[in-house]
Amino acid sequence: MIIEIISMNGYGAYVWSAFAFTLTSFTTLYFVIKLQLSKEQKRFANKFGSLSIEKAKAAKQQTINNEILSNISNI
Amino acid sequence: MFRYFEPNKIFAITSKAPKYVLFLFIVVLTIGLIEALILSPEDYKQSDSVRIMYVHVPAAWISLGIFSSLTLLSIGSFIFKNKNFALIAKSLAPSGFVFNIVALVTGSIWGKPTWGTWWAWDARITSMLVLALFYGMYLLAWRIYEDKEEVVKITSIIAIIGVVNVPVIKYSVDWWNTLHQPASINIITTNTAIHSSMLIPLGLMTAAFALFSLLIFLMKYNTELIKLKNKGLDRL
Repeated sequence: MIIEIISMNGYGAYVWSAFAFTLTSFTTLYFVIKLQLSKEQKRFANKFGSLSIEKAKAAKQQTINNEILSNISNI
Repeated sequence: MFRYFEPNKIFAITSKAPKYVLFLFIVVLTIGLIEALILSPEDYKQSDSVRIMYVHVPAAWISLGIFSSLTLLSIGSFIFKNKNFALIAKSLAPSGFVFNIVALVTGSIWGKPTWGTWWAWDARITSMLVLALFYGMYLLAWRIYEDKEEVVKITSIIAIIGVVNVPVIKYSVDWWNTLHQPASINIITTNTAIHSSMLIPLGLMTAAFALFSLLIFLMKYNTELIKLKNKGLDRL
């Protein structure tokens, strides 16, 4: 049965390469976007860390900044 | 109404959603792959090569759907001067482009055993290639003009010109003699020429691909929002 699934009546090379290409493209795209996201999160954390106390206080008044910081600490 | 979709309000949801979407995607994809590669029957004419349909067709559908949505959002951002629409459109483009490439490559792989050739300048294949070029131009424009005011205008123009190609892709099999067969599924009349044993894996794989595009969209959208907030910190 396993050989049947692999050979696919002689079309195995076509079928498996089509599925492999699709899944490889998905994995690559996922990791590229994930890398971009963690890069921006790190940049945000660094910038936030270098703010003065008053500026950090002002920035923390925005809910979205707190959300970003909490997401970074969850990683 | 647009106030409810402001980034500040929806970030709490978009930042937490990816992990749930990823889990759901893996579950649906696993079931879809088992159905597509093992449980679904072979075609009486194309034999097992028909299984390529389960990645080729959903990828083509979703790349067309994303480009149409991207155009509507671009027009919306242009008319209502809503930057969030442009941000959503920008975040949709990468997965749309990858789906377009997947549709072209898997179509080419399917073409060899079915038509005896990897590539033909057939109306549908050519129009899909044109769509990939528009996706490429759209993504490139964002990269080149990102920091300039006119970026929304330029990307909207690219999307509006490119969307003319979408009905051409859809109806190319009816308007011209092509290697592709006419559509087997009509979403409007819900008529289908495909047996349920093949329709179920096709539906599952379409759902899995839709979840993947949602996952990539959410991650990209979060990236863009954090990028904006980084600029905001610079201005403090």
